[in-house]
Amino acid sequence: MSAAMLSRRAVLAGGGALVVGFSLMPRGILAQAAGPKLPGSLDKTPMLDAWIRIDADGKITVFTGKAELGQGIKTALVQLAAEELMVAPEAIHLVTADTSLTPDEGYTAGSHSMQDSGTAIRDAAAEVRALLIGAAATKLQLPAERLQALDGAVVSDDGRRLGYGELVGDQLLHVRAEPQPKLVDPAKHQLVGKSLPRVDIPAKVTGSEAYVQDLRLPEMVHARVVRPPSYGATLSKAGVAAVQKMPGVLKVHRDGSYLAVIAEREYQAVAAMRALSATAGWEETARLPEPKELFDWLAAQPTQQVPVRNDLGEMPSGLHVVEASYRRAYQMHGSIGPSCAVGLFKDGALTVWTHSQGVYPLRGAIAQLTQLPPEKVRCIQVEGSGCYGHNGADDAGADAALLAMALPGRPVRVQWMREEEHGWEPYGSAMITKARAALGPDGRIQAWDYSVRSCTHATRPGPAGNLMPAWLGSAPIPQPPPKPLPLPEGGGHRNAAPLYTIPNARVVYDFVPAMPIRVSALRGLGAYMNIFSIESFIDELAQAAQADPVEFRLRHLDDPRAREVVTTAAERFGWTGYKKQPGRGRGFAFARYKNLAAYMALAVEVELDRESGRVRLARAIATVDSGEAVNPDGIKNQIEGGVLQSASWTLYESVAFDRTRITSRDWASYPILRFSAVPDEVNIHVIDRPGTPFLGTGEAAQGPTAAAIANAVADAAGVRLRDIPLTAARVKAAIGV
Amino acid sequence: MITLTVNGTSHRLDIDPATPLLYALRGELGLNAAKFGCGLGQCGACTVIVEGEPVFSCLTPVIALQDRRVTTVEGLGTADKPGPLQQAFIDEQAAQCGYCTAGMIMRAQALLDRNTAASDAEIRAHMEPNLCRCGTHMRILRAIRRASEAMRDHPTGTAREARR
Repeated sequence: MSAAMLSRRAVLAGGGALVVGFSLMPRGILAQAAGPKLPGSLDKTPMLDAWIRIDADGKITVFTGKAELGQGIKTALVQLAAEELMVAPEAIHLVTADTSLTPDEGYTAGSHSMQDSGTAIRDAAAEVRALLIGAAATKLQLPAERLQALDGAVVSDDGRRLGYGELVGDQLLHVRAEPQPKLVDPAKHQLVGKSLPRVDIPAKVTGSEAYVQDLRLPEMVHARVVRPPSYGATLSKAGVAAVQKMPGVLKVHRDGSYLAVIAEREYQAVAAMRALSATAGWEETARLPEPKELFDWLAAQPTQQVPVRNDLGEMPSGLHVVEASYRRAYQMHGSIGPSCAVGLFKDGALTVWTHSQGVYPLRGAIAQLTQLPPEKVRCIQVEGSGCYGHNGADDAGADAALLAMALPGRPVRVQWMREEEHGWEPYGSAMITKARAALGPDGRIQAWDYSVRSCTHATRPGPAGNLMPAWLGSAPIPQPPPKPLPLPEGGGHRNAAPLYTIPNARVVYDFVPAMPIRVSALRGLGAYMNIFSIESFIDELAQAAQADPVEFRLRHLDDPRAREVVTTAAERFGWTGYKKQPGRGRGFAFARYKNLAAYMALAVEVELDRESGRVRLARAIATVDSGEAVNPDGIKNQIEGGVLQSASWTLYESVAFDRTRITSRDWASYPILRFSAVPDEVNIHVIDRPGTPFLGTGEAAQGPTAAAIANAVADAAGVRLRDIPLTAARVKAAIGV
Repeated sequence: MITLTVNGTSHRLDIDPATPLLYALRGELGLNAAKFGCGLGQCGACTVIVEGEPVFSCLTPVIALQDRRVTTVEGLGTADKPGPLQQAFIDEQAAQCGYCTAGMIMRAQALLDRNTAASDAEIRAHMEPNLCRCGTHMRILRAIRRASEAMRDHPTGTAREARR
């Protein structure tokens, strides 16, 4: 990404690097940091010039610790900054996650970017505008009321004009943010609320450098890793000497069971990796659960029980009690581009270009892995293929670090192969849920008893032991014991509590510390399965209560925003006047992601081929409320994508394995949605709420879509399927044709 | 020496004749558009056009391409002057991560070069080999339809170029 790197260098050369470095120190390190709670990520990084810098020539640079993952965050952040700074979006130069330049905003995950970074940048920009106007007022000796910011300058009502670059001076922006800056009145927004075209798309459709895979640094060489065939396998032999003599090979690197090759050209590295792989011998152990008994294994595991809600007491007697249990297979992120990273170790300092979701946590992990001091490690985020959570990105960053240190002085590009990404990424955990509820004579839910059981949903670095390459060296760093993520967001228990008004309920999370199959955060974490379960079960209860599923939901929903997405989605679908066609069925679902973020409801229609059991999502009509919509088309794109991805997970996807190895190693052994099964219509309606907090969007569609499909299959087939994925074989078996 | 003709320019390359075209495009010619996705012909991220046909560049050795014309996304237009299909992808905002996009564009271009009146069913069937994981399929289909209309109304430039 040469253009971006050039400008990053320019920023460093601008003489402000020291100031930036100081400004990036998190709250608590700075003596002056004590103060009121600040909005979004400003609370952790309160200095304005950590977020916004203006050069003497008026050039505006905005810094975010969040990463573009294809979700369009760059465009939305530029809109917010430009709106408050009163400039055109093109005037904003945005720098994304880089441990030398940007604030530490943790991971780009959990649909948090708009709340954390969007809020910080918007508020910082508003305050910068006020400071610029204040500086102009002093210079022009006019009251601030007679001045306004306009297109990169402060202009006075008598026609005088001072460019931002002339005003910013010495340390104007090197001040702490205040809690409540004066924001542009939402009624006067020029950019926020508008569907500006994404800033990154032109490069992506014309083959410009857009991804870490496209980085070409001077003298760069290519590496491939010979990965073990299974978890815990140890390397017993490798034909290093012969491969060392192959064309272009610079180095065969072996450290314990970590085996890799570095070559001048990329295909030379591939050929050498294959030759090395053919001679490598591995000691393997059968340590995975028997796949046919996976859910028995999961149900038998010792757990750490986490209460989510407990005001049930005893299940009331004499009521109509409904019970059901649901299961979900291991599922993968399945990025189309396998993970990639570039490392350079030079003069005792290590730089890693990575598509990680968290450059700061990765830096810490790599420092621990390489035993370098953290200040000698820099991680720069460059876009990769869409990740949808914790995939191989960080591990590839660790590979690049290790191999760059094995060949100092030259940039080393590590590209994973397809079978590595499929076989080694951390999957979304298998899960079991159990629901039991009692219906009162009034057709309302009187009591609710729910449990969810799964392995962890969080094994990201931080700790070096969460980097897979760290397990393979001669001094392996073991993976730390997993822990459940805390509420209110939670991990496996994310969205375990229903948002519906239910007078008595018990909700528990049975957290399974064991992890025979590597797992971590997959888009939505436990919310996908919990919402699938709850929203399937709500339909089962509605059926028991002989109620319409939409009306039954509204019976138990008090939150007006929840009610509005439900009624809007139902109306736009034509729920009331729906005429069922043969071989078709409809389904509805709703959730508020994490019970505190975006509201999403959808109605779908599926097509069922009774002979094969094949289900196709034919039509999806959704409504989403993400608070203030900065870029409505960006929200539509995310929800539309979430609907299709969740349909793929729900209908097809299950990681296959035997007692020793993962056997889903390519797209034939792990099939996903293809064009022949794409819906006829997907329509997303965005409810914009200007002036209200950003609620985030990225993961809101995953759970509701799964449940809406299952509910539609139940409507079409007349039988309910409770196991994800709802494969053709399962549907066929359930129908009994 | 291998002779490769890419986007109308001939190149003489000193590489292993078994090298898949993808590595020659990316490594030797410095072209970014064709992407490594699977190396197995299962995902289409590497799709390019060879003599009018969509081809998995990850599977095709360069030796098989001597004297055959290869077109990549770079041959359809630039960010300043995009071709009709590229423009349609921009107009429909038909990307999320965009990693599959170049392959999608090349496969669609091969269809539209033959037939700018393809039905929706024909477009879907034609696009079957290419995978998108972000779920951008609806927009990709809209972009292809939009481009087919544009190319039907104004059959100029890149479409003819690619067909030649």
